[in-house]
Amino acid sequence: MDLFEHQAKEFFADYGIPVPRGIVAHTVEEVRAAAEQLTGRVVVKAQVKTGGRGKAGGVKVADDAADAVAKAEAILGMDIKGHTVHKVLVEEASAIAEEYYFSFLLDRANRTFLAICSASGGMDIEEVAHSAPEKVAKVPVSALTGVDRAKAREIAQAGGLPDKAIEGAAELIEKLWCCFVDEDATLVEVNPMILSADGQVKALDGKVTLDDNASFRQAEHEALADKAAEDPLEAKAKEKDLNYVKLDGDVGIIGNGAGLVMSTLDVVAYAGEQFPGKPSPANFLDIGGGASAEVMAAGLEIILSDPSVKSIFVNVFGGITACDAVANGIVSAFKLLESRGEAVSHPLVVRLDGNNAQLGRQILADAALPRVELVDTMDEAAKRAAELAAVGA
Amino acid sequence: MAIWLTENSKIIVQGMTGGEGTKHTRRMLASGAKVVGGVNARKAGTTHEGLPVFGTVKEAIEQTGADVSVVFVPPAFTKDAVKEAIDAEIPLCVVITEGVPVHDSTEFWAYAVEKGNKTRIIGPNCPGIASPGASNAGIIPADITTAGRIGLVSKSGTLTYQLMYELRDFGFSTAVGIGGDPVIGTTHIDALQAFQDDPDTDAIVMIGEIGGDAEERAAAYIEQHITKPVVAYVAGFTAPEGKTMGHAGAIVSGSAGTAQAKKEALEKVGVRVGKTPSETARLMREIMQAR
Repeated sequence: MDLFEHQAKEFFADYGIPVPRGIVAHTVEEVRAAAEQLTGRVVVKAQVKTGGRGKAGGVKVADDAADAVAKAEAILGMDIKGHTVHKVLVEEASAIAEEYYFSFLLDRANRTFLAICSASGGMDIEEVAHSAPEKVAKVPVSALTGVDRAKAREIAQAGGLPDKAIEGAAELIEKLWCCFVDEDATLVEVNPMILSADGQVKALDGKVTLDDNASFRQAEHEALADKAAEDPLEAKAKEKDLNYVKLDGDVGIIGNGAGLVMSTLDVVAYAGEQFPGKPSPANFLDIGGGASAEVMAAGLEIILSDPSVKSIFVNVFGGITACDAVANGIVSAFKLLESRGEAVSHPLVVRLDGNNAQLGRQILADAALPRVELVDTMDEAAKRAAELAAVGA
Repeated sequence: MAIWLTENSKIIVQGMTGGEGTKHTRRMLASGAKVVGGVNARKAGTTHEGLPVFGTVKEAIEQTGADVSVVFVPPAFTKDAVKEAIDAEIPLCVVITEGVPVHDSTEFWAYAVEKGNKTRIIGPNCPGIASPGASNAGIIPADITTAGRIGLVSKSGTLTYQLMYELRDFGFSTAVGIGGDPVIGTTHIDALQAFQDDPDTDAIVMIGEIGGDAEERAAAYIEQHITKPVVAYVAGFTAPEGKTMGHAGAIVSGSAGTAQAKKEALEKVGVRVGKTPSETARLMREIMQAR
C-alpha cells in the first residue's frame, strides 16, 4: 500500500524525523483556516499517490491565506497522471539552502535492502541517476545488521553530502531506518531531504510503501487505506477475501492461481483481437488454491455485478483445487442468483482440467445451466468467450 | 536422477500438525515421497499421520537422517522456522507459506548467506519441488504428469501444473516452483544451472511473469552458460501498470519488468518464447520430438 505524503510525514514525525508543520485540507475553507494557523508563507501541495506532482503544477508557494486559497482553487480537483486531487497539504514554507535525495528500498535482484543517497536531490533526481550515476550512491544494507549512526554517516558521505549536513543527515537516516523496519515498509523515500538556511536537515517530502503481507502485525495500517479511491467492486471482493482487480474490458475472468489468471488475461486479449470491438478482460480474479463452491459463487457474483461484463470465462486447472468443487460453485451461484430474481443472463465459458476434471464437467453437463458452455482447451475457450462478448452476448 | 530432490530424499514437515501441513503430508505420502517426520515444539514426542513429531529440526535430522524440510507454518512464524532449518544445516528447505512479510524473507535469506549457504531455500509462496516418480516436496499434484527428461522452473504454481499436464507424455525430471514473491531463495538461474548439469534433463521450460528483472538476468545467464534447449513463457503482457496481480512480485511499475521486455531479452539469446501456455508446450514438444 502506498501512502499519501501527509501520512508518510506523520510516520516520520512519530520517529522523530524533522518535518515542516503542516495541516491537511479538503476544501478551500480548510485551506484558509490552515494557512491562518500556520506561520509565514505556506506551500500548498496536492496529495496524490504518484510522482511528477511538482512538474504538473500540483505544488505552489503562497504568500498569505488569501493567496493559499487562490492556489488551492487551482490544485483541488486537478488531474495528475489520472489521479484526481481531493486534498492538499498546507505546510509552512522552509528556507532551503540545499536539496538532497534519500531512500531505503528493497533490492529484489540482490535480495537485500538498499540505501540510495545523493547530494543532487529534488525534482530531477531520475535525470541525475541516468546522466551522472556516480552522483547517486547505492549502499547495500543487511537485514541482519541494519543501520546505526556510523552506517548512516557512511551512507551520507557516500552520497557526497557536505560536511555541514553529515551529522543531521545521519540522524535522519538512522531514524528513517527504524521507520522502514518497524512499519514493514518496502520503500521510504525523502526527496528532497533538505538542509535549511538555519542548518537543520529535514524531510520536505515523503513517500512510503507498506508491505500488505505484514498486516497481521501492523493492525493500525488498515486505517491508512484510501477507501474512497477504491473501486467499489474491488472493495466488495476484498471483504470476501477474493483477489480481484478491475480492468477496462468486457470479458469477465475467473481462474485459480495468480500466474494462470494473468496468463488467461493475455490469452483472452490475443483472442479478442480477431473480433469486432476487440473484446478484452474486464477483470483479474484469482479464486486461489483449494477454492470451495462458496468462493466460486462469491467470485461469480462479483463479476456479474460489473455492468461492463458481456461474457464470462472460468479457467481452472485443478491442482489442489478440485474441479468438481468449482462446478458445484457455478451451479450454486446460478441457484443463488436465480432465487434473488437476478437470473444469470450472461454466457459462461468454462474450461476445467486437472484434479477431478471429468467429474466437474459431468456436474455441469447434468445441471444443464442455460448459457454455460464447456470448452476443452484454454486457447479455444478464450476465443469463444471473446467471440461471445463481441456479439454483445 | 533429478535435481535437488531424488527418490532417496528424506522429508520432514515443519508445521505438519496444522491443517495444510496435515493435508499435504498425506498427499506427499500417497505420492510415494519418503516423509519421515514432522516438527512442532509443542507436540514433540507424539505421532501424527503415523509419523513421529520432533521438537526441533536438529532433533528430527538426528533421529531420521532427513535432508529436506517442507515449511507449512503460518506467516508470523515462517522466519523463525526457516532460520531453525538453516541452523540445523538441512540441505534443502522448501517454504510453501504464502503471505510472508518481505522483511522476514530478506532476513532469513541474509541469515542463510551468513551461515555459509549450507541450506538451499526454495520459496516462500511456492508450490515446492517435484521429481515425478521419485519424490515430491510441497503441494505440486503428483499425478498430473510422468517421469521424463524435461526440467521446469516457474514463478507460478498453476502455470507449472498446466505445463506439466500438457507435456505429460514426455514427462519431467524435476519441476521447481520458485515462487512469485519479491525475495525468493532459489532463482531461475540456480535451477537453470542445475538442469544444465543434470545428465537426465534434456531440455528446460522456464515460466516467468511480470515484475522484477529475474527473467532478464536469466536470459543473460542462458547466453553464457546454458547449452540445452530452453523454451519460455511469460505471463502478464496485458497487465496494467501499477496494479498488483496477486503475486507480490507481479507488479508492473514503469518499463522495466514488463512481459514484453522479458520476452525480448529471452528471444535475443535464442530462447523460444510461447505466446500462450499451450504454444509453449507445443514448442517444447517440437524440441523433444526432434531428439
